[in-house]
Formats: sequence, structure tokens, C-alpha cells
Amino acid sequence: MKAGPSRTNRPDNTAFTQQRLPAWQPILSAGIVIPGFTLIGLAFIGVGVALFVTSQKITDLEIDYTGVAATSPCFKCTSFAAENCMCQMEFTLTTLFEGPVFFYYGLTSYYQNFRTYGVSKDGYQLSGDTYYFNNPQDSCAPYQYDSNNNPIVPCGSIANSMFSDTFQLYQVVNGMKKQVPLDGKGIAWWTDYNIKYSNPALVNGSFANAFSGTVKPVNWSKPVYELDPTDQANNGFLNQNFLVWMRQAALPKFQKLYGRIAEGDYAQGLPAGNYTLLINYSYPVISFGGTKKVVLSNVSWMGGKNQFLGIAYLVIGSLCIVMAMVMLIIYAKYKFTDDDEDM
Amino acid sequence: DREFNLSFKYANNAIKTSKYNIFTFLPLNLFEQFQRLANAYFVFLLILQLIPAISSLSWFTTVVPLLLVLCMTLAKDGSDDINRHKNDRQVNNRRVDVLIDGKLKSEKWMNVQVGDIIKLENNQFVTPKDVCYFGETEKWEVHCEAPNNRLDKFTGTLSVQGAAYALDNERIILRGCTLRNTEWCFGLVLFGGPDTKLMQNSGKSTFKRTSIDHLMNVLVLFIFGLLALMCTALAIGNSIWEHQEGTSFTAFLPRQEGANADFSSFLSFWSYVIILNTVVPISLYVSVEILRLGNSYYIDWDRKMYHTKSDIPAQARTTTLNEELGQIKYIFSDKTGTLTQNIMVFNRCSINGKSYGESLQYLGLCEKVDFSWNPLADPKFCFHDHSLIEAVKQGSREVKAFFRLLALCHTVMPEEKREGELFYQAQSPDEGALVTAARNFGFVFRGRTPDTISVVEMGISTAYQLLAVLDFNNVRKRMSVIVRSPDGRLTLYCKGADTIIYERLHPSCSKLMEVTTDHLNEYAGEGLRTLALAYKDLDEAEFEVWKVRHHEASTTMEDREAKLDAIYEDIEKDLMLIGATAVEDKLQDGVPQTIEQLSKADIKIWVLTGDKQETAENIGYSCNMLQEEMTEVFVVAADTAEGVRQELVNARKMMSPGSPDEPPVLKSGIIGKKSEEVLDEKVEGEYGLVINGHSLAYGLQEDQQLELLRTACMCQTVICCRVTPLQKAQVVELIKKHKKAVTLAIGDGANDVSMIKAAHIGVGISGQEGMQAALSSDFSFAQFRYLQRLLLVHGRWSYLRMCSFLRYFFYKNFTFTFVHLWYAFFCGFSAQTVYDEWFITLYNLVYTALPVIGLGLFDQDVDDRWSFRYPQLYAPGQQNLYFNKMAFVRILLHSSYSSIILFFIPYAAIQDTVRDDGKDIADYQSFALLAQTCLLIAVNVQLGLDTSYWTAVNQFFLWGSLSVYFAVTFTMYSNGMFLIFTSSFPFIGTARNSLNQPNVWLTIFLTTILCVLPVVAFRFLLIQLRPTMNDKVRYKMRQDKAVLPPLPRRFPRRRISTRRSGYAFSHARGYGDLVTSGRFLRRNVKSRPTLFPLAESPVAESSPQIYRSIDGTQSSKQA
Repeated sequence: MKAGPSRTNRPDNTAFTQQRLPAWQPILSAGIVIPGFTLIGLAFIGVGVALFVTSQKITDLEIDYTGVAATSPCFKCTSFAAENCMCQMEFTLTTLFEGPVFFYYGLTSYYQNFRTYGVSKDGYQLSGDTYYFNNPQDSCAPYQYDSNNNPIVPCGSIANSMFSDTFQLYQVVNGMKKQVPLDGKGIAWWTDYNIKYSNPALVNGSFANAFSGTVKPVNWSKPVYELDPTDQANNGFLNQNFLVWMRQAALPKFQKLYGRIAEGDYAQGLPAGNYTLLINYSYPVISFGGTKKVVLSNVSWMGGKNQFLGIAYLVIGSLCIVMAMVMLIIYAKYKFTDDDEDM
Repeated sequence: DREFNLSFKYANNAIKTSKYNIFTFLPLNLFEQFQRLANAYFVFLLILQLIPAISSLSWFTTVVPLLLVLCMTLAKDGSDDINRHKNDRQVNNRRVDVLIDGKLKSEKWMNVQVGDIIKLENNQFVTPKDVCYFGETEKWEVHCEAPNNRLDKFTGTLSVQGAAYALDNERIILRGCTLRNTEWCFGLVLFGGPDTKLMQNSGKSTFKRTSIDHLMNVLVLFIFGLLALMCTALAIGNSIWEHQEGTSFTAFLPRQEGANADFSSFLSFWSYVIILNTVVPISLYVSVEILRLGNSYYIDWDRKMYHTKSDIPAQARTTTLNEELGQIKYIFSDKTGTLTQNIMVFNRCSINGKSYGESLQYLGLCEKVDFSWNPLADPKFCFHDHSLIEAVKQGSREVKAFFRLLALCHTVMPEEKREGELFYQAQSPDEGALVTAARNFGFVFRGRTPDTISVVEMGISTAYQLLAVLDFNNVRKRMSVIVRSPDGRLTLYCKGADTIIYERLHPSCSKLMEVTTDHLNEYAGEGLRTLALAYKDLDEAEFEVWKVRHHEASTTMEDREAKLDAIYEDIEKDLMLIGATAVEDKLQDGVPQTIEQLSKADIKIWVLTGDKQETAENIGYSCNMLQEEMTEVFVVAADTAEGVRQELVNARKMMSPGSPDEPPVLKSGIIGKKSEEVLDEKVEGEYGLVINGHSLAYGLQEDQQLELLRTACMCQTVICCRVTPLQKAQVVELIKKHKKAVTLAIGDGANDVSMIKAAHIGVGISGQEGMQAALSSDFSFAQFRYLQRLLLVHGRWSYLRMCSFLRYFFYKNFTFTFVHLWYAFFCGFSAQTVYDEWFITLYNLVYTALPVIGLGLFDQDVDDRWSFRYPQLYAPGQQNLYFNKMAFVRILLHSSYSSIILFFIPYAAIQDTVRDDGKDIADYQSFALLAQTCLLIAVNVQLGLDTSYWTAVNQFFLWGSLSVYFAVTFTMYSNGMFLIFTSSFPFIGTARNSLNQPNVWLTIFLTTILCVLPVVAFRFLLIQLRPTMNDKVRYKMRQDKAVLPPLPRRFPRRRISTRRSGYAFSHARGYGDLVTSGRFLRRNVKSRPTLFPLAESPVAESSPQIYRSIDGTQSSKQA
């Protein structure tokens, strides 16, 4: 019938308006579900094995130096009186620790992810905006101004609580200590270093002048423009240890990169032998029940050592296979027949 | 006198349905919007967020969605109100002639006042008034009853210069009527606007809400409770943490001045209120509105619900009730105009023992009889039996007598506007059908005067002298005329109910009687309305005697009716049987099939009609609602309250002998109002119940309601006849009150309006005269049969979609929110969010909005043909299976599971790990990105699992949303955005640094699989172990590759019945008086057809009241 003027109200005949859009209508039939589970199971087991093996190949070494136990070399540093306390931990590698080796420090029970802690910084200040040097944002409180009402740079809890222990690693070769170079550069994210954080422009040719009128964070021993006086590219807000610290951890147990061992004699890794770790112990964690540790680890294509993924894949994969079998049995036994009796 | 009348401040005639004007729109609408709980809640949240100590989220996370919601509602309300303004203007600005200062002036309807005299014209719609009409006089005064809702009664007096005239129902025209058969008339406006009887009868117009709405309100309250619970638990957690760890951690994380652990936990409570607010999703209501609107459009667009003949598409007038269409349990239907077309068709006849019109249609051999030889034939008439026309042409005496009787014995008024174009004005469509049949078979009734009837018999004009009309009434159930033919013979022609005629037949007819009885049974078995026809030749002398007695009787003052009846009785005896007619009360197309389909879907259908019991029953049989196979059809027609109760109890005891005296009641009422639900009782066998208006009035009394309800609900079919519009509404209310079931009322006339408004869903048949029903309905279409498509396809899909939508919507939001809960244990209950704030802002609005709307707009489990093939698929909706409190609890559990996976898998996977270059990846920002990506992918895959009908749009929405997520994420975390808005986008570089790591993707994959696979396994096993109807049909559909199994072929059922003569019983008193009095013919000087004003109002249907307006007009003219 032609759509003449008398049919003005006739709705359009399109697949959309008539709800006849072509469609794929999958159903959970045995033909899809059971093979699907089997395939997923096999694939997971495959991936799981790969992950597990990879993870097994990664070497890591953890050295807790909190010094809770009286026998620990660092026990002496845990008393409040101790200042500029140095302690020394020994460890032995029986085989080559394949490089590149990464040197981490780790903290536990440390709530970098606490909400009020996380917001306690001034993004503008850290991007080098000098207006905020004199007027830090309120979010930095109570580390916004010091008791004399001088603005703190960098302000806020995160910066104030920057990890302050320093480490030196020595290989004991024939009774002689040979320093293992820890490269503290190139440990922060490229974006943090190049975009997110910037130092203020020099004032009168001096970096320190840019910070005039401000004071260092309460807990710091030296101002931010002296974090690495030897290398201007690693100084101020661009100090990579500072950047690493400023990237808050997601969980109360975390580890942060301190340095890379990739140079000179140790480019291939740490050879077997005895090592000494010299720690400048200054960061208090015992008061809140935390621990401190040093982690030496190498990495693989799937990152650092983490057994979980591999095991999880293996377990889930096996479960899938089991489930597929269960479903097959149930399907064979109970599958509904499409007889018409109750339809 | 206008000023005088104005002083009384009668109701104004202007109609105002709009809510706003330009200036009040914005403030008023915003005010209304903020009155809504959800919006007010979000303003409260916003205020919380502005308190720095609490603010766990930036202000924009609330403002952006709130603004969007407000704007969308604003736009929708605005466009609605513009439409209302348009409609108001259209109605208010209609023109009418008003008599002002002795001159007719054109006025707008809204300016018409009570007391005005207005001129109504032919076919004009009496829009806003009740009008009393009469001639113009100098001084008058009307006393009348106060505005009320009784359509069948009116009392008042008109005083003109001291003389009082009674005003009764026959002298008023109600709002909603159409003036017919007269060019114009004058009337006095009695009531205006809201005072009119129609408006008084229309019942309260309440804003309808669906049961899902109610459930949602309960659930939202529950969710608030859950929110409070979670926040309290977390606040306690925070207190414990502060005591145990926080105090010692102050070296790095100092507290604010004066804040102790308890205060901090108080703050943390409010902070968590802000974070967890997403359990009460603001976009829920908006999305639900969008879905309903979309599904309403599908109804508007459906070509299978478009009626070509009348060019009327289906229309969803209320766009907020769609899913309720999938839950209907009771349908209340009007009869005339809804089930039937109100068209009578002469279908069969039996003449002298021979039956004509064998229904050959069924065999497909239906060649219409050609009536072209008869120039006066009605072209619309059709008949399929050629033997009858042969018989006429051969000049069979009986056949001629048969049609002559039909042409003479009636009270039809002819109207011949042009030569040869005859129109009949019949008191009932049955009469019209019979006279039209005679006309086509060559016995054309052409005109009448008070004492003659002119008939063209086989082309020859003949004039019969009309000597008497023995009119029809309810007791007599027959009518007769006595005529003298041109050749001088006196004959009495009689037609009436077969039982009545049979009692008065001459003994010589007994053989013919037997044969005719068989035929009558056959006709009645087909649901036809039958009449027996008989004649008698009168003796001149005998007639003269009778005539004198008749004259005497007709002039007595007392007991005239009874005396006349007795006189009639005397002469209507020893009749000779000619035959019988069978008229079909034409059902609308597809009515029996529709009813069968609907009852297969376990929907109970009640017919509520103003018609008489017999008519209603007859229709009940012809559309398969009542069946001969039924164990029993109860008829309740007692006249006392006790009698009705007794009949109801008897019926109930018969159906279920063991049924207790007290109705089985399910009491519930946990929150707010208490409700009692009367449970269905099991009954063996099928029963029907017919109850008339009188009994219904008693049955609806407070103390008998439950009895009525129980008995009625045990029956498969309930027919209520002779009910008033208000009773219709009361019946609906009764079911609504005591049954936890969704009701639907369908009707076409003004008398159905109250019922349509009372029911959960009102459906109007549009395209009939008077659009009241359609206008006050929620859905309207042109044909009853579209109801099955509306319910079984649109309703079912809407319900399915709404439930899938809600289930998924709650799932995705709960999952999203619960992750925070687990994170709380690892962040010192500090109200730290797991995700980026922007992700929180955009999650509901952008990332997951479209896919779920796609699900709610396009999903279908099985297509429409299969829905029709298996009406049983409708049942889950009635039982509320897809979304209820249990389903909600299941969603909660499912969400909890998913959120545990979504938090702990990334947690374990990222713990102490690093990038492949040794750098940080276990930082907060990377973790947030990982968690949110896992969440988004997992919920999208879950959506895919819930989708059973993947159109291109669904695919586009799903993949589009995921792409948008990644695009937006990479953009927001880009250098540029950071350099422009430093403080707003601190996540710079996170996406680049973590999404290039294989372990991140492996984690995402693992979480997704872990979220989804158990669901797949569970559903698969459920299908195997406990397949639903739905699963089976889908399986079958797949097997047969969309080849629909044919419907079991149905043959037209024949009834072996003794029920018949429906017509005779339903027929009302005719125009006998008028015909013989000749008053109506007085003005008819030329051959101009008689036009007597007949206010053919749809309301008249409920009370077969003849508007013999002619008396009114004329007598008042004389006054």
C-alpha cells in the first residue's frame, strides 16, 4: 500500500522503530560454555606456568634493619638519644645476583595512603610556581607555616615525612670494602621528573635565592635546594629520591626504589661474596609499629617478584577445567529435553 | 443577566492544566526538583563536600551529575508544560455562539459563563458544559441540583414568567456529547468546567506509579540504611585504628588541633557518606525515565498496532508505566466499542424452515451477493448466500412475507438526503440491521408518516396504512405493527424473542416450529442474536372491536401501560411463524483470539458493561470467555444484600466445598503502611460469574466486598452488567485493594473514564466518537486486538528490560562502591577513595551510562512472534520474578563477591611489585587506575552476559564506552591537561606508566575472568537443572533456526446451546409513541427527512436512555 496523504500517521517501517534490528543472540549453550571453560582453563594454566617460572627466576633479597630485636646491629639506633646513628648489616650472596639489580627500601604499617596525608601537599608549589612558595595552600596544614609563620617549602605532610635513611653498599673483597655504586638517578617516573615537578627559575643566578623567605620542612635536616648540591639536575623538587617519596604508595606495606646497581663492575649483577650494608639510621618507625627493610631485586618482563599472579592463574585454570568436567557431567545427566509437554 | 450570574462565582469554564509560565518556570521547577528526595540528598552531599575536614571528594564529583540531572529534568518538564499550554489554548479558544444582549456573538469557550445561552451546532462537541437546552424566553430562573456525578439523573425546575417546567435528564446535554440530527439548538449553561457531570464522574486523577517504582522507593530506603550501616562500621573501624595506630603515627601524620580519635571517627563517618553515596545512584531515576520514554516510543512507532482504516497509531500517553504492562494480572474491559464494534450485521435467517446464510466464510468460499439490481440497496451491506436472493427473485411467498415484515415492523426513521440515498435512524443497531437487510433484498423501507409506511417492494412503490404500533418493552419482549396493505388486507406483523413468540403461535405451525428451533439453536450457538418473526391476518370486524378497546385503554389515566399490555396480548395470538433472523453483534477483529491469548498468559479478564445481562453473556460466549464446557456459570442477580451474599456464598461453596469462611489473607507491612492481600484459592474446574449492577452495588458494600472478591476471583471469567461508571471504578479499586496484582482497564467511552483512571493502567480505544477515554488513558490504540501486542510484546519486553536494567544498574553501583569498603581496611579507614575522582564523577554519567541504557532499550529474550506463540512467557512479570527483594539481595551478594575480587586481586598482584624497569607501580595512582580499569571491564563484561540481544547499537555503546574510558583517561592524565589545570589532574602520566605493563593487563584479565566465570557457570547449571520457560523457548528458537512452530489449528467452536434471542432481551423500548403520535413530523412539510435531535452520547450506553429530545425542544418552543 502506498503511503499517501491519508496515511499520515502510519509509523515508519524501519528495523529500529519496529524493533527488528538484526542482532546476535547468544545463549549459554553447552556447546559454548563447556569448551569455553576448558579453553580458558588450559590458557590460564599455560599463562600461569609462564608467570610462575618467570617469577621463580627473579632473585630478591630482603634485609630487615628495623632493629627491634636487641641482637640486631641497628638496635642501638632505635633509642631516641641516638643521632646520626650508623649501623651495618652483613649479608652473603652464594651465587651471582643477576643484574641489573635494584635497590629498594621498604616500610610497613606506613599509611602513605591515608586521605589527609595524601592531600597534604601543594601541587602548584611543586610545579615551581613561586607564588605558592609564600602562600602555600591550606591543604598543607599543619605543615603550611612554621611556628614563626614562615611558609614551608615544600609544604605538607608528605614532603615533611620524607624518608631520611641513607644507604651505602659495599662488597667485601679480600677483607676490603669495595663500594657498590647506587645510582640514585633515573629512579623516578619520567613524567614526574619532566612534567609534574619543576624547580623554580634561578634568582640572581642562585638556586637558593629562589627559596628565600621560606623555611625547610620541620623534619628535614637540610632545605630542599640542598638535597643534591652536586648535581643541579637532581636537586630541589627534581631530586629523584624526593620524587619517589612523593609518589604515595597504595598500601601500608610498600617498597620504594632507592638506587640502581648497573654500573661498572656490577653492570652484570652482584657477584657471589660477602656484602656490607651501611645504614645512616634516622627515620623512626618503631613508634608506630612499622618496620624498615632493604630489598635487592632484579626484574623480569612481568616486573618485580610477585608469586601471586602465577599461582592465581594456575589455580583458576585448574578450577576451570574441573568446572568444565562438572558441567559436562551435569549436562549429560540432566540436560533438559525440548519436549513440548509443558510448553 | 451575565453580571448577575457572575456574582455567584460559578465554576469558570476555562481549563488550566499547565503548571508554569515563563517567569515561574525556573524557580518553581527547581524548587519542585529539590523537593525530591534524591536531589535534596545530593545537595546535602554537596554541602558536606564543602567542609574541608570531611570532604573526601572534590565538589565536582557531585555537582557535575547533579547539574546534568537537573538540566535533563528541566528540559523534560519544560517541553511537557509547553504541550499542556498548547492543549489548554486549543480547548479554551474554541468558538461558540453566545447570546449576549439579544445577539449571537462568537465567544471563546473559556469565557462562557453559567447562565449564558449558547447555540450548539450539529456535530459540535459539547466541550466544557452541561447544557440545558430550550427556547429563548424573557425572564427565567433555573433551580437545579448541586453539581454531582450521576449521569442518569437530573432534577431541576425552570420558571418562566411564573410557570414552572420540570427539567429532567431528558432535557440536558452533558459535556462530552455530540449534537446529532439537528442543525442547531439553543441551550442554557448550567454547569461549567469542573462542575460538569463528566468532570465530576471522572474521578480523581492521580499520578500513577508502577509497582517497580514502589519497590524502588523501598529499596532506596533500604540502601540508605545500608549506607548508614557501612559508614557506621567504617567510623568504628576508624576509631579503633586511630586508637591503635593513628596515635602513634602522628609523627608523620599530625592531627588537627583538638581532634581526638573519637572526633576523627565522627568526621570519617561523614567522609564515608560522601564516598559511598554512589550506592544511591543519582542517575538511576534519570536513566529509568529515559528507558521508559524510549520504550513508550516503541509503542508509538509500532506498525502492528497502527490501524490503517482509521489512520490511528497506538499511543503511549503516559510514558512512565511501561514495565507495568508486563505484569498485568487482571483486565477490566468495557464491551460496546471495545470488544464489539457496536455494529450489527444481518447474518443468517431461517424462512419457512429453510436456513439461509450458511457461514461459508470459514471455508473461504465467500462471494458476496450482488445487489446492483437494486438501486436503493445499501452498498455496505453484504451477504454470502446466493440461494436467498434466488428465492426472493422467484417470488416465494414466505420469503416475501419475511422481508415485508422486516420492512414494516420497526420504529426506524428514514432519512433521504438525496434521491436514492437512504439513511436509517434506528433506536438500536439491531433494528437498523434488519431493516437494511430487507432493503437490500428488495423491500425498501422508504418513508413513513404517522399513518402510512411507504415501501418499495421489488421496485414497486407501495404504501401501507399503519393502523397501530404495539411497541416493544421489557416485559413483552416483542413488537407488532398492524398494517393495511394496498389491496386492503389487514395484517399484524410481529417480531420478538422466540420463547415469547412461540407461546403465541397457532398450533398449525408446530412442525415449522421444530425446524426453526433447530435453526435458532444453531444461530445462538454461533453467538448470534436471534429473533422470531410471525404474522397474522386479521379479520376486519375483529380489528374494529379491538381498535375501540385500544383507544379506550390508551386514553385512560390510570394504569395505562398495564391496560395497553393486556389489549396487545389479546390480539397477538394465533400467530403464524415465518422464520427467524440472526444478527451478529460484530466483534472487533481478532477479539476471541486476543482473549484466548491473554487467558493463556494467565491474565484474568473481567467484562464490565452497562449492557443488559443477556447481551453481555452473549458476547461472553461469542468471544470465548464463557464456554459451554465450563462447569457452571453463576448468575448473581439478587435484589437484597442478604440475597446477594447468599448467592455468592453458594457459588463459592459449589466451586470449592472446603473453602473456609474467612478468606485466606497474607498480611505484610514491614515498612510504612500495612497491607492485606487476599490469596487466590484453588478451584477444580472452570467457572464463570455473571453479576448485575444491582447485586454488584450490594456486593461492593464494605461487609460483602471480600465475599464478592473471593467468589469472583475463583472464576475464570467475570461479567458485570448494568454497571454504572462509578461501579466500574469501584470494582477495579476492589481488586487493587485486596489483590497484589496489576490491573488494566480498557474502554472507549466517557463511561469508562473512571475505571481507566482507577486501574494501574488505563487503555483507551481511540478513534470512536468522544475521545474522553483515550484522553484520560495511559495508552490508546484503535482496536482491542492490539492489546495482546501491547502486553505480550511491548509489556513483556519493557518489564524484562526494566528489570535487567535495574539489576545491572544496582550491581554496577554496588560493586563500584563496595571496593571502597575493602580499601578502608588498608588505608586506616581514612575515607581514601580507591579511584581517581574523575573516574568517580564520570563512572555513572559517561563510562557505564550508555551500555546499560542500550540494554534497557534493545534487549529482547525472544522476539515478538515467539512471544505470541508462547503467551506463558508472560508469567514471570505477573509473579514479579525478575526484580524483587530477593533479586535485590542476590545483587548485593553478587556485588560483594565482585568487589572482593576487584579489590583483592589487584591488591595481591600489585603488592611489592615493580615495573619491568624497576620503577614504582605499587603507588596509589597506579593502583587506582588498575582498580578502576578492572572494575570497568568487569562490569562491562557482566553487561555483555546480561545482554541477550546484541544489536549493532549495543556493540557500539559497549565498545564505545570502553574506548571513551581509555581516551578520556589518557587525555586527563596527559601532560597538556596537567599544565593547564595543574591541581585538577594530579594523575598525570599514570596511564602511560602502568598500562604498558604486562602484569597490569594480566591482573585486569584475571579479575574479569574471576568476576564473570562463576556467573556463567551458575547460569549454565541453572539452565540445565531448572530451565525456565524462557530458557526452553530460547533453546527451541535456536534449534529451529527461527522457524516458528505453527499454532495448533483452531476450528471455530460451535456451541450447542439453548441460549438465544439476545437481541430481544437487550432491546429497549422503541419509538412507538413517536411514530404514531406524529409530532416529530409536524414540521416536515417537504419530503425533507425527519431529523430529531438525538443526543447520542457515549454516556447513554450505560443506561439505555433514549434522549427523546424532540419533546423538549418542541414543548419549550411552544412555551
